[in-house]
Amino acid sequence: MTSPETLEVGKRARQAVPTGPEWLLRDAWTEATRHLRVIPRNPELIAFATIQPIMFVLLFVYVFGGAITAPGYSDYNQYLLPGIMAQTVVFGSATTGVGLAEDLSKGLVDRLRSVPMQQSAVIVGRTLADLVKNTFTFVIMLVVAFMVGFRFEGSLFQALVATVLLLLFSYALSWVQALVGLSVKSVEAANSLGFLWMFPVTFVSSAFVPTETMPNWLQPIAENNPFTRVTNAGRALYNGLPADGAVVEAFAWSLAIIGVFAVLSFRKFRQTTAR
Amino acid sequence: MLAVEIDNIHKSYGDTKALDGLSLTMPQGSVLGVLGPNGAGKTTTVKVLTTLITPDRGSALVDGIDVVADPDKVRARIGLTGQYAAVEERLTGRENLEYIARLFHMPAAEGRSRARELLQRFDLVEAGERVVLEYSGGMRRRLDIAMSLIARPSVLFLDEPTTGLDPRSRLSMWELIEELGSEGTTTFLTTQYLDEAEALADSIVVIDRGQVIASGTADELKDRIGGDRLVVTIANADNLGRAAEALAGLATGAIETASVDRQLLIPIKAGGGVLPRAIRSLDDAQCEVIDVELRRPSLDDVFLTLTGKTANDDEEIR
Repeated sequence: MTSPETLEVGKRARQAVPTGPEWLLRDAWTEATRHLRVIPRNPELIAFATIQPIMFVLLFVYVFGGAITAPGYSDYNQYLLPGIMAQTVVFGSATTGVGLAEDLSKGLVDRLRSVPMQQSAVIVGRTLADLVKNTFTFVIMLVVAFMVGFRFEGSLFQALVATVLLLLFSYALSWVQALVGLSVKSVEAANSLGFLWMFPVTFVSSAFVPTETMPNWLQPIAENNPFTRVTNAGRALYNGLPADGAVVEAFAWSLAIIGVFAVLSFRKFRQTTAR
Repeated sequence: MLAVEIDNIHKSYGDTKALDGLSLTMPQGSVLGVLGPNGAGKTTTVKVLTTLITPDRGSALVDGIDVVADPDKVRARIGLTGQYAAVEERLTGRENLEYIARLFHMPAAEGRSRARELLQRFDLVEAGERVVLEYSGGMRRRLDIAMSLIARPSVLFLDEPTTGLDPRSRLSMWELIEELGSEGTTTFLTTQYLDEAEALADSIVVIDRGQVIASGTADELKDRIGGDRLVVTIANADNLGRAAEALAGLATGAIETASVDRQLLIPIKAGGGVLPRAIRSLDDAQCEVIDVELRRPSLDDVFLTLTGKTANDDEEIR
């Protein structure tokens, strides 16, 4: 124990602590680095982020691959794999809600809300860190997809746009998960609720089978599912097929989801405290 | 200037009034003990002062700054240690401190040297390079308090800092808070432990149902009770009424009885051979006595007098 001067209570606080919206990016970066730093120290997380994409690709390709044909595509895999990629990055968004619920239950959110940082940076930093993690998952998935015969049949630029689109959509859903995580407050609930809604959203879509094969009442739902729009756009781009307005529409959907859910989650965050 | 000034704050959750017109002040450089049972409104008060929740009505100032109008300025001047150790478990102790320093917008070099100082101050130098997952409960709390002190706050809020700690960690936490207090850290301490408030706080406010029901130093609160107390335990709870009658002549106030403990609490005037007289009266009334104790008033008695229940009544119900 050292001398009393160590504390020098009140000294710094009485100087002006710089605050204000110009700190949003720096605070978000501080938060993002907190999450990115712990990833290498969390072997389970790395294992999950690696095994999940490998498993999804192999299971779908070898279990469904032989049974279904998709007219207009050189191979069902060319149809299926963009769907699996889209689903996997969407599932990856669940970590955002679980992470926020964890911060909340540990009391960290209370601490963060009582320091002079930009409050919204907590969620921005979290979603950005999850985007990095999802990009890692996506790269692994792409490698496995190539190993089972997937090819970019359009230009490299089209493939790049498709990749950016899928990652942007997963980023958008991170904001939905942020609201889920902040609303349910417990890690377990964030985990189960966070995954629950993603099953109908990803399966009632064009990800695995053409929507025309579904019952009549289900078709319009599947067709208008934003996930279908994003999958269709990504699939067209990877396969070098005409995409019409689908790409623009898919980007618009992603940005709109980010906008709406960012507002809702920021508002929720400002009212959230443990217990 | 006052470190904390709360004027008539109200906060309701649905039909539950968490704060019901609470007012208190706290001078700088002191330790204020906020004492009350579970659900009295202690944590809600801390949350208002640390900008986590907005009161429905009333005003709250920290260092003269309004918590509702100017939350960022208030946040720059406070440190909060809540009921759980709010630390990032997979970061090391040092990384946790430097991380919070960045959120306080301290220059990196200052954050690093401040983290080093605090690790030293809180006996965590060796542990500083280990991830918090490997820390004991007591170490986590120490790190948590160190994180709250990173920006040299004007007011440190400690919300039930010893809840859930084992007796040894609790004692070392007491020593730590005592030292901080003697070094002049203005500390707002909530607790449900009477002995804790008595040992650590310069002055105490007792709150119950969202209101302050008493305030003063521990001695002043004890004076309110006045005189000593005789605690009599008898063999048969059925005789409590008879025993109370027999002792009425000695009492200076209302006699309390607790049938579960078979006890009577009798306020008396100090000295004057009360003890033998009490035993004789009980004997005459044919009440078998198990134990008689002459007790100086404790904060427990204060609480009992003020609220008609002991501080831990609520807990026992759960």
